[in-house]
Amino acid sequence: MAMTLLARGTPLASSREQLRTLGATPGCGPFQQRMAAAGLAPLTATGIEVFQINVGKFCNQTCRHCHVDAGPERTEQMSRETAQLCMRALAATDIPTVDITGGAPELNENFRWLVEQARALGRRVMDRCNLTVLLLKPQADLADFLAQHQVEIVASLPYFRSTQTDAQRGDKTFAKSIEALQLLNRLGYGREGSHLVLNLVHNPVGAFLPPRQEALEAQFRRELWRQHQIVFNHLYTITNMPISRFLDFLIDSGNYETYMQRLANAFNPAAAAALMCRHTISIGWDGTLYDCDFNQMLDLPVRAPAPRHVRDFDPAQLNHRRIVMANHCYGCTAGAGSSCGGATAQ
Amino acid sequence: METYYHPKDLAKFSDMSKGNPQLWDKFMAYYGAVFADGALSEREKALIALAVAHAVQCPYCIDAYTQSCLEKGSNAEEMTEAVHVACAIRGGASLAHGVQMRNVVNQLSM
Repeated sequence: MAMTLLARGTPLASSREQLRTLGATPGCGPFQQRMAAAGLAPLTATGIEVFQINVGKFCNQTCRHCHVDAGPERTEQMSRETAQLCMRALAATDIPTVDITGGAPELNENFRWLVEQARALGRRVMDRCNLTVLLLKPQADLADFLAQHQVEIVASLPYFRSTQTDAQRGDKTFAKSIEALQLLNRLGYGREGSHLVLNLVHNPVGAFLPPRQEALEAQFRRELWRQHQIVFNHLYTITNMPISRFLDFLIDSGNYETYMQRLANAFNPAAAAALMCRHTISIGWDGTLYDCDFNQMLDLPVRAPAPRHVRDFDPAQLNHRRIVMANHCYGCTAGAGSSCGGATAQ
Repeated sequence: METYYHPKDLAKFSDMSKGNPQLWDKFMAYYGAVFADGALSEREKALIALAVAHAVQCPYCIDAYTQSCLEKGSNAEEMTEAVHVACAIRGGASLAHGVQMRNVVNQLSM
């Protein structure tokens, strides 16, 4: 299994070093200037539709592109006290969607409590699942729990073949992912007429942009059915963000400058206008508030005067806050755009 | 100039518009239409382009269409097979011309 940047002790484990690298990229001007030229600066939120909780960095996998630098040795985990603050904040709003992520969020001891509470509040709950977690022995009842609470599963599967999937996510991950998807299908996930939603996520296995979402979804649907009789609802294509372990890969493989220029050259104003940070609030394992999960990993909290901790959650101040931007944001504005819900523009 | 081909020249392709912008615009409009989704998908067309790039041995095209194939969801196995198609046709074409050689031999020989 690959090691986290933190375990390797590399300078890039520091968010400050990542931001320094991103800010000094030749041929890739400041993102804020690009947004200003497109008439989109300052960028402001348009309300909050997604309450995204990152419960921590612990994970049973060490994927090569992980923007969290998650892994088995990471100890950052959301406490019950912070989870309670999250639910108190949620209850005081009518934000419709709760998106729980990590790490492997299911391995946080408060995950199931969060799901139960959010569902009791009548909110749609999404679980960003790495699939292999469903096969861990201590999690033998996890799939049933998710189905019972009608949790929408957003499952990572970069490709419908093992070579590419294992190259990104580790040896034998593809075979385990297929087994987990078949388990979910047996429970009714992804099946026509079922209320159990199973969406897949594709991240490119390398330094290139994702395919057109609609075309790749058709390809996944055909191949997963043909080879494994697996069905699913939708496929989301997500661009690899040039931070953390993917940034390390880019630099190590000599692709960094070309990739950044590729992102900058593919800047799409329509995707920029539809950025997910405009309708998302991201909450870190310690309760800190961010515009998105990527800003969270770069230690870029929401801009004052918006409150910076979930204990002070104030929709009036957060709904129209100014978004914090840096050069990694080119990842979400390239081509068809990218968000936790896939492409954002044509 | 230590070599005729430079990777950075690929980004200068549009410099070719300077000599005759009208012809360049016509070519690019045609080019864009050719590669759009049609009876064949964009992905299939990119695979054909990759094979042709190898047949015409254009390093710029190989670079561009390798990336394009990946960005349209093709994998290395499919792309390798596409290159083999180019290889088979190139080789087959040589071999097929062997018939001409045999015709001449037959014509000249007793």
